[in-house]
Amino acid sequence: MAEYVWRRERPLRGAAPGGTSLATFVRRHKLAPYLLLAPGLAGIAVVLLWPLVQVGLYAFQNYGLPQITGAEPVQWVGLGNFAATFADSEFWLSLRTTVLFAAVVVPLTLVAGTLVGLLLHRLGKKMAAIVSTAALLAWATPPVAASVLFYWLFNPDGGLVDWTLSKLPNWLVGNTDWAGFNWTTSGALPAYTVIAILVVWQSFPFIAVTVLAGLKTVPAELYEAARVDGAAPIRVFWRITYPLLKPIFLVLLLLSVIWDFNVFTQSYLLTGFPGNRDEFNLSLYIYDKAFQFPPSYGLGGALALIFTLVLLVVTVGYVRASVRQGALT
Amino acid sequence: MSNPVAVKRVKNFSLNGTAVLVALITLFPIAWMISTAFKPSQEIFSLTPDLIPSHPTLGNFSEVISGQASGIGSVWLFFRNSLAVTLATVLVASLVSLLASVAVARFRFRFRASVLVLLLIVQMIPGEALIIALFLDFNRLGLLENLLGLILVYAAKALPVSIWMLRNFVATVPRELEEAAAIDGARAPTIFWRILFPLVAPGLVATSIFSFITAYNEFIVALTFLGQAHSTYTLPIYVTYFFGRGGAQWGPIMAASTMYTVPVVLFFLIVRRRLVGGLVAGAVKG
Repeated sequence: MAEYVWRRERPLRGAAPGGTSLATFVRRHKLAPYLLLAPGLAGIAVVLLWPLVQVGLYAFQNYGLPQITGAEPVQWVGLGNFAATFADSEFWLSLRTTVLFAAVVVPLTLVAGTLVGLLLHRLGKKMAAIVSTAALLAWATPPVAASVLFYWLFNPDGGLVDWTLSKLPNWLVGNTDWAGFNWTTSGALPAYTVIAILVVWQSFPFIAVTVLAGLKTVPAELYEAARVDGAAPIRVFWRITYPLLKPIFLVLLLLSVIWDFNVFTQSYLLTGFPGNRDEFNLSLYIYDKAFQFPPSYGLGGALALIFTLVLLVVTVGYVRASVRQGALT
Repeated sequence: MSNPVAVKRVKNFSLNGTAVLVALITLFPIAWMISTAFKPSQEIFSLTPDLIPSHPTLGNFSEVISGQASGIGSVWLFFRNSLAVTLATVLVASLVSLLASVAVARFRFRFRASVLVLLLIVQMIPGEALIIALFLDFNRLGLLENLLGLILVYAAKALPVSIWMLRNFVATVPRELEEAAAIDGARAPTIFWRILFPLVAPGLVATSIFSFITAYNEFIVALTFLGQAHSTYTLPIYVTYFFGRGGAQWGPIMAASTMYTVPVVLFFLIVRRRLVGGLVAGAVKG
């Protein structure tokens, strides 16, 4: 019925015959939805899809500065860029860092966010407002500001964390001399510990708020019944909450994986790019290959393709989960 | 402890205690940023750091505003750049995605399902993959080192999520309203602007959160496009430059970060009630 409204036939008027015939043409060929979509799809095609196609082509070429200036011709190199990438130990190191980081941070974020979501659900109005405002502030802080802030908190010279750790007894914090400990230049483990804390701090609010929104859809009678039966909270979570919110958790899991594979901003700033090569993750490695002198867009393209394909696998899961929730209707 | 009232009291106490603890831990880093911004430098490097500055000063802010601390200009210049980019992005993305969302919410056409799946997939393309080709293309077009290039990229990046979110808002507008207007002789553009637009306006506000964040926080494209053109820097690139200069100017850097953070926090607080609606579909994240 609504379609009828938007493409309704109208009696022709004498005025503006050109416009009217165009309108007739649009109606007759049912072009309205395509015209409405055209600007949006054009933007997406030019800025998101076409560059991806180009990057896919660079991946099989020797594309670099001499090719851009025209000093040397562009040549197809087959799988050469991929072979060079797989032969580079730095690639494997950065891949390992990326995967380990996501493997630790995704569950941490999900657990922290879910716990806070459950907490918000049980709190009184006032308390819930206080906690959710605090979470909102952490969420809203721009990643660049948050990264610089955490760099300062964990700074060896005057940073609060080192100062606090150096005051704590050794049996609690180990024998490391924490005063002056440099988190960002002492290898991947300390650097990504800081990044992990930062990312969890910034991501748990989204999970918490989403879980809370899901919890509000669970009928209160179910919880009442469980309480009457004397079920323990953990049992209530696994038997009632989790099964009902499973679709939400699935989407949150997939989104978290995608986001935590992509921590360019935080890792760029907190590892002091391009200084500490042993602290590269896949994002920094790609950026280094493509933009540090001499730029190799071929190598960068091959890496970007690998990275996109890995994420595509997760994305397919995300799309399937969304479709199953009826997102396409 | 067998007294049920006492049990309930203990439970409430531990619940609220946990809540206060969570709120304090969450707020602490932000409090430290603001506190550092107001400290004179001898307090910043004090051997006994304190959250409350004992001699609070606006000196860090005035150094940031005068441009003396960063060496590349007043913070207001970068504020203006970020504001221009963000507003333009929000306007363009809202208008274009409103049109597209009407198409997917109100029409059944051949490629409708494919368009929806495409929107889901393109959200996930990593920025690191696109930036190489975008840099080379925009270089050829002469759109590096200016704000217009950024606006184009940000608006397009915001589209998939914006269309996806707006679609739900358009779908909730009762079709009877449009039909009644049509029967009264209103044409499609009139129905669009006079009926649909006012009714989805709240949805547009919710959607604009996403394009706002995309434009205001974006890092990798701005970093790559703006290069050494200091006067075109947006706030995140300005803060990055300032930070990268070294010299341990934590007071001014935290003052700049605080000024960068305040507008987006205010925006979140204003729209907070709308943040939750359609969140999973929208996937709003900084």
